[in-house]
Amino acid sequence: MKEKFDIIQSTCIPIQIDNCNTDLIIPARYLASTTRDPQFFGNAFMHDLRFDASGNPIEDFVMNKPEYAEAPCKGVHEIIVGGQNWGSGSSREHAAWAIAGYGVRVVISSSFADIHRNNLLNCFVLPVVVSKAFHQELFDCIQANPQTEVKVDVPNQTVTNLATGHSEHFDINSYKKYCLMNAYDDIDFLLSNKDKIEAFEEKNQDKGIASFFVSSTDGTPQS
Amino acid sequence: MGKTLFDKIWDAHVVQNVEDGPTQLYIDRLYAHEVTSPQAFDTLRDKNIKVFRPDHVVAMPDHNTPSDQQEVIHDPVGRKQVETLKANCEEFGIKHFAMGTKDNGIIHVVGPEKALSLPGMTIVCGDSHTSTHGAVGAIAMGIGTSEVAQVLASQCILQSKPKTMRINIEGTLPKGTTAKDVALYIMAQMTTSGATGYAVEYAGAAVRNMSMEGRLTLSNLSIEMGSRAGLIAPDETTFAYLKGREYAPKGEAWDKAVAEWRKLYSDADAVFDKEVTYRAEDIAPRITYGTNPGAGIAIDECIPTLEKIPEADRAQFLSMLEYMQFEPGQKLEGVPVDYCFLGACTNGRIEDFRAFASVVKGKKKADNVVAWLVPGSWLVRQQIIDEGIDKILEEAGFELRLPSCSSCLAMNPDKVPAGKLSISTSNRNFVGRQGPGARTILASPLVVAASAITGVVTDPRK
Repeated sequence: MKEKFDIIQSTCIPIQIDNCNTDLIIPARYLASTTRDPQFFGNAFMHDLRFDASGNPIEDFVMNKPEYAEAPCKGVHEIIVGGQNWGSGSSREHAAWAIAGYGVRVVISSSFADIHRNNLLNCFVLPVVVSKAFHQELFDCIQANPQTEVKVDVPNQTVTNLATGHSEHFDINSYKKYCLMNAYDDIDFLLSNKDKIEAFEEKNQDKGIASFFVSSTDGTPQS
Repeated sequence: MGKTLFDKIWDAHVVQNVEDGPTQLYIDRLYAHEVTSPQAFDTLRDKNIKVFRPDHVVAMPDHNTPSDQQEVIHDPVGRKQVETLKANCEEFGIKHFAMGTKDNGIIHVVGPEKALSLPGMTIVCGDSHTSTHGAVGAIAMGIGTSEVAQVLASQCILQSKPKTMRINIEGTLPKGTTAKDVALYIMAQMTTSGATGYAVEYAGAAVRNMSMEGRLTLSNLSIEMGSRAGLIAPDETTFAYLKGREYAPKGEAWDKAVAEWRKLYSDADAVFDKEVTYRAEDIAPRITYGTNPGAGIAIDECIPTLEKIPEADRAQFLSMLEYMQFEPGQKLEGVPVDYCFLGACTNGRIEDFRAFASVVKGKKKADNVVAWLVPGSWLVRQQIIDEGIDKILEEAGFELRLPSCSSCLAMNPDKVPAGKLSISTSNRNFVGRQGPGARTILASPLVVAASAITGVVTDPRK
């Protein structure tokens, strides 16, 4: 799952649903699983829009159309272009697992919900925020030609619609960029600075707000 | 320049600011439930590490818990998830409130009522409604499972500091209008992404005059407008609510704590990135008509006509109405409902049951309605019984069920069948949220109670 990021050039799957919430990205019944199997979550991606109650593909849905149905692989459908406010609602990281499990590496939108955006990054899927004009033009280009490719250059932080040549800079902080380009994750970083955490606890033992709770809520009811 | 309440708490928890990166923030309290924690514990096992500060973590199952009986979970997948949480807590030495025991309930109800959530804390949980706990004057945020693993491993998360927003509700709420209506009103004004990137502080006379239960409801719904955190400065209402509760500091420690907590307010000269003010008098009992919580109206209003919707939003507006089986311009008052749900982390507290009982007392439940009345915790359930509210409900033809997330999301047996219309005190009316194909109207306990009696969407003021 953790492939290092550099330059990704790929065709896209356009999912033009605004406020596409994480309940749509993965319905709640898939949350009861304790597995980490990417395929399980990949199969559940957008499930209730992709399949009817009997499990048959819903032909009208974009992911089932012949031009977008091919599963992501290098250069093909590695990018989703989603509607604005992508990933709102529930904090379920399962939504990011579904996207990653399906094989997607980049999601492009004009805006993302905060928690989902973090979850994507933690699952090594890059959320790219573009302007509304770039976003709409990209949808239009893909509709006109489903073979439209987008180039996402992580080192230079640019995203380019290769149909028009239009390019935009996208934001990502240096720390997260380093994580993506080196397949390094937050937990490794946090574990590497335990001394700072212990120093913080020590310093706050007798003063300040945080300290108060370290000493008083030790997990047992007080008499 | 003064500091906002959010800044005061945030700054007190900064372990370090990573250069051109996020803040490493110390977390006082991690709550864990069965749905978003199993893979986090797996990560710890993979890396062969222990939980760093197990006494800061409290776990309980709530999403898969049935509300009709709690002897057994029949669904093997859900059962395994609940058993996995218990096993993980035993393995890693974490406090666990087991299903069916007096300590159990919905995390966002149990945390505040046991005073496990206190002013000034940083609180996280793998659940977007963690914003609830901010009502006691804390920074409380929903996080993903990777972040749950990070907190288990290090008691820290890496987050960029959000911008700050203050929402003032001035004046006095009209009769029949509750904290739920205030939240639904704000969402309709701001849209479901209006507060994305912000932490929201609620202030103003109407908020000051809210009970603790009302404040928890208001803060709970912060995420529905995109805000990861909602918070309310602690005051006498907060202290009176927390005092004497199970995990609250006692004696001298209590006095010392309250003295600290009194410093938790936004300074008069603090500057917010955004500030908005609404008049309480403009807010009426509300209902939603669409498939996001922002698509709502006052109960005596009609669904907007197509002309009133901006052209770019019309396709989505029509597709929401198609799912809901409503028409543009339609009045919803009087529309028959099939299911009524009182409960969830939004409205599963004692005050919500008192409100519901005040409406149904001496009346009878409509025959066409299936009603699920589900307390948010065993403590709430006990209080309902102690106050005799269960008798009032029973006489009106209702049954009090067992604590659970219940019909808020389709992860336990309380699912609304496809096509049926539910009027619900929960927090989300998303497509399929209460069950595949289920249609949901969000409303306050008063509106749900009035509708349960008549069998149609009903204004409780009438």
